[in-house]
Amino acid sequence: MTLADNAAQSRANEHQTKRPSRLFKNMTAKVASIPMVLTALVVFVGCTAWTITYSFTNSRLLPRLEFVGWDQYDRLWSTRRWLISIENLAIFGICSLILSFVIGFTLAALLDRKIRGEAVFRTIFLYPFALSFIVTGLVWQWILNPDFGIQQVVRDWGWESFVFDPLNNADIVIFGILIAGIWQGSGFIMVIMLAGLRGIDEDIWKAARVDGIPTWKTYVLVIIPMMRPVFVTALVIITSGIIKVYDLVVAQTSGGPGIASEVPAKYVIEKMFQSQNLAQGFAASTMMLLSVLVVLIPWAYLEFGGKKRG
Amino acid sequence: MKSFKALLGATAFVSASAAYGADLEVTHWWTSGGEAAAVAEFAKAFNEKTDHNWVDGAIAGSGGTARPIIISRILGGDPMGATQLNHGRQAEELIEAGLLLDLTDVAEAQGWRDIVFPSSLLDACTYEGRIYCAPVNIHSWQWMWLSHKAFEDAGQDVPSNWDEFVAAAPALSDAGKIPLAMGQQPWQSAGAFGVMSVAIAGLDAWRAVTVDKNAEVAAGPEYAKVFQAAADAREMAANSNVQDWNQATNLVITGQAGAQIMGDWAQGEFQVAGQTAGEDYTCLPGLGVNELLDTAGDAFYFPKQDNADVEAAQKELAALLLSPEVQVAFNLKKGSLPVRGDIDMSSANACMQKGLEILASGNVLPSGDMNLSPDTQGQIEDLMVEFWNDPSYSAADAQAAYADIIANAD
Amino acid sequence: MADTTVSLAMEGPRGPKPRRRLSPRNIMLYGTLIVVALYYALPLYVMIVTSLKGMPEIRLGNVFAPPVEITFEPWVKAWSEACTGINCEGLSRGFWNSIQILVPSVFLSIAIASVNGYALANWRFKGSEVFFTILIFGAFIPYQVMIYPIVIILREMGDGISAVTGTEFRLMGSIWGLVLVHTVFGMPILTLLFRNYFTSVPEELFKAARVDGAGFWGIYFRIMLPMSLPIFVVAMILQVTGIWNDFLFGVIYTKPETYPMTVQLNNIVNSVQGVKEYNVNMAATLLTGLVPLVIYFVSGKLFVRGIAAGAVKG
Repeated sequence: MTLADNAAQSRANEHQTKRPSRLFKNMTAKVASIPMVLTALVVFVGCTAWTITYSFTNSRLLPRLEFVGWDQYDRLWSTRRWLISIENLAIFGICSLILSFVIGFTLAALLDRKIRGEAVFRTIFLYPFALSFIVTGLVWQWILNPDFGIQQVVRDWGWESFVFDPLNNADIVIFGILIAGIWQGSGFIMVIMLAGLRGIDEDIWKAARVDGIPTWKTYVLVIIPMMRPVFVTALVIITSGIIKVYDLVVAQTSGGPGIASEVPAKYVIEKMFQSQNLAQGFAASTMMLLSVLVVLIPWAYLEFGGKKRG
Repeated sequence: MKSFKALLGATAFVSASAAYGADLEVTHWWTSGGEAAAVAEFAKAFNEKTDHNWVDGAIAGSGGTARPIIISRILGGDPMGATQLNHGRQAEELIEAGLLLDLTDVAEAQGWRDIVFPSSLLDACTYEGRIYCAPVNIHSWQWMWLSHKAFEDAGQDVPSNWDEFVAAAPALSDAGKIPLAMGQQPWQSAGAFGVMSVAIAGLDAWRAVTVDKNAEVAAGPEYAKVFQAAADAREMAANSNVQDWNQATNLVITGQAGAQIMGDWAQGEFQVAGQTAGEDYTCLPGLGVNELLDTAGDAFYFPKQDNADVEAAQKELAALLLSPEVQVAFNLKKGSLPVRGDIDMSSANACMQKGLEILASGNVLPSGDMNLSPDTQGQIEDLMVEFWNDPSYSAADAQAAYADIIANAD
Repeated sequence: MADTTVSLAMEGPRGPKPRRRLSPRNIMLYGTLIVVALYYALPLYVMIVTSLKGMPEIRLGNVFAPPVEITFEPWVKAWSEACTGINCEGLSRGFWNSIQILVPSVFLSIAIASVNGYALANWRFKGSEVFFTILIFGAFIPYQVMIYPIVIILREMGDGISAVTGTEFRLMGSIWGLVLVHTVFGMPILTLLFRNYFTSVPEELFKAARVDGAGFWGIYFRIMLPMSLPIFVVAMILQVTGIWNDFLFGVIYTKPETYPMTVQLNNIVNSVQGVKEYNVNMAATLLTGLVPLVIYFVSGKLFVRGIAAGAVKG
């Protein structure tokens, strides 16, 4: 058998069989993958396992292996601030998922219509993605400032009773953060969607037009299903960002007013370092991880598991 | 024996400083105007009086932002030369893990036992008989700051206690002033509540709750009064939409707000703004009700380093921080009280003199930092910041939650 | 707004440009785009306008009013004078730190991730998919879970290197520790990008090179690298902005001397001395955002093309 055959086979990763010297086959590739393997095992698996283990201890400032069972979790779920954090994350997550998709796709569809100045519009929609959450939070805090920002401007126009002060209103503060979050991230989703739309064969549009299918139907029935991989990529990017939201809240509201805009990531950091209760922070971060797994495992099963067996 | 050690210590300093000038990175979170001016005094003294070099490692934000950075660096094997931490229970575990430098020989050489007053400050630095930190100042939360301009504009006399202030509050509101300025950060909410509980519930009830962790008292009638007063204060502070404490102080300085409950570090801001105590603003210790001070404060810890030269520089800095001139210079700028009673503070202003008098008369409390673990304090802060900012959170509910935290406190 | 977009979406896309410039359809289309563009552009406008005003003007006016008297003082102050504690060096120091962190991090993370992607796409070995799956899961693990153990890993690695080389070396608090952290956390998304891209390279090319006797590295350097400019551009843009904008790792794994610019920005913005100087804050914000902004404005088109080439193939 030739070398090329061998490579093609290993590439396809299908008929990996019990040949001798299997360990040394692909040796260079294995050596080259050492950084990846180390990262996967030591950092992602190792650190996670470490954190989960210590979440069952009573570690304070320093990690200590004195196990206390589920105490940290009991306390976590009876803490108001944690419950509010979870609720906020859920609202923020669902809203920003839906809005990012809708805005991203709509803008991409609009830009895909051979309009003039596409590059200008695209640049304007995309530039916020280049700015950090710290910057985003600061700017929007400033724009939403009741004394100088939107509220004051509208009042200056003559509408004296106008009230728009989300950052100081506990009921809607999370939407004030959402406005900023969408502003920052939706442009990137638009680019991904646009790339997806560009990848669709012109012939499909022609065929649809010949058959007299209305455009919106073409989008819903043909284009969107064809863009599944694009949606998956977008979903991965949006959700992995949502669960990590921290800097934005710190810069924009510091969790206030009161504890109305707290998020889980902030709870974790503050318990670990500020309250010097590491184990409580670990328990909270383990819960964050668990919630990610609940979403991810079914998806991964459908995405990868099905293929392998099929 | 003691004098021999002192001699040994002294020669060690001399020879070390002659041999080598070390760069000592000092981390702290003193970044507001008055604070920065005060810390500059330390840096100046260290650079001028020793061969070593002060490398400033200011971390902005509050202690809450800075502490994680400080601690993760000590744990991560990249310790700084010296760092500010509130003394009390925050550093216990670092000492247990052997990460902090033992300063006992410096303390003995300099006679800290005899000069540090009140001695509870040094006790807070002591762990199993060894001394691990250098207290640099006394800070007390128990102050209220009143703007003369705000009360004049509202046609009111400047109140001399909490009840008068409450009575004058509606007039302030009518004049378009914010009666009570409050920053929205959790530690400020918890601190203001602490001051009100000492003043309103009285010393015995406060001691029972904070020192003895008696949850029954925390749920009892004295504390119900405190929560009711706090709920009233919440309304007075409703329009105070600032985050940082010094922004709130600034509202008082500019006369936009009537008063602020804040520790004596606010003094530095008035000073930077060029205001005079008694003319432009008034300070009331213990809200004018109970003239007491708590003796929290800042202290410097010195993470252990492998380098003997650095260690010598660390000890030199520790000794310098408590020397009389540095104490005076620093505390005048900072608005805090010195940790030694034997120095001349006659150049201090009226408010500080008041503080010094109370201190001398011994009306002092141990601070919350020394009694409650950071974890418990964190829980109280979470509760208080929510209570102060959510008008629908009733005083009774908050009290129940508070009693619960005290019951589980460690 | 919703109605407009739906009706617009019903239009036949990819058709020739409509002849009549001012058709109601076109007015709607461009109207919508312009309104949305205003929402996106507004904050940048506010930042620029505010940074050019003096403080008295800010106190009197609103955030949207253009400056009456243009002053560059806030920019000067933000760059070289703003104080944190007794350091009054502004952002300038953080800028150079960020560059020093950025260059090796971007280089190292892309180098490693591209080799990973290449191995995963063309040289699969037993278990490679498992590691890849773990890596992708890693993209979802909240950083908070790993911050603390990484402090310990960096300490131990630093000690290990010190022991081997005999000189004192610290990873924690140094730029290299942070470079390592960025490389590790950039790996999942970048590896995914490169793997997807390399999978789409025609198999015949790969086979032909094998027949010619080229090995793992030969094919990588002579065939794959020259073909993959678009995906390298995407990876570079993602990493430059990601690393430049990082705050969490910067604040935990460095120290004041090596603080990146974002941390310094946060320090300056939060070191309120008296009143908040919004103009200086905004100038500082713009200065911090300048590098990624320039990159986006210059290479936006390449970015979109690269994304089309690599990111969206599942």
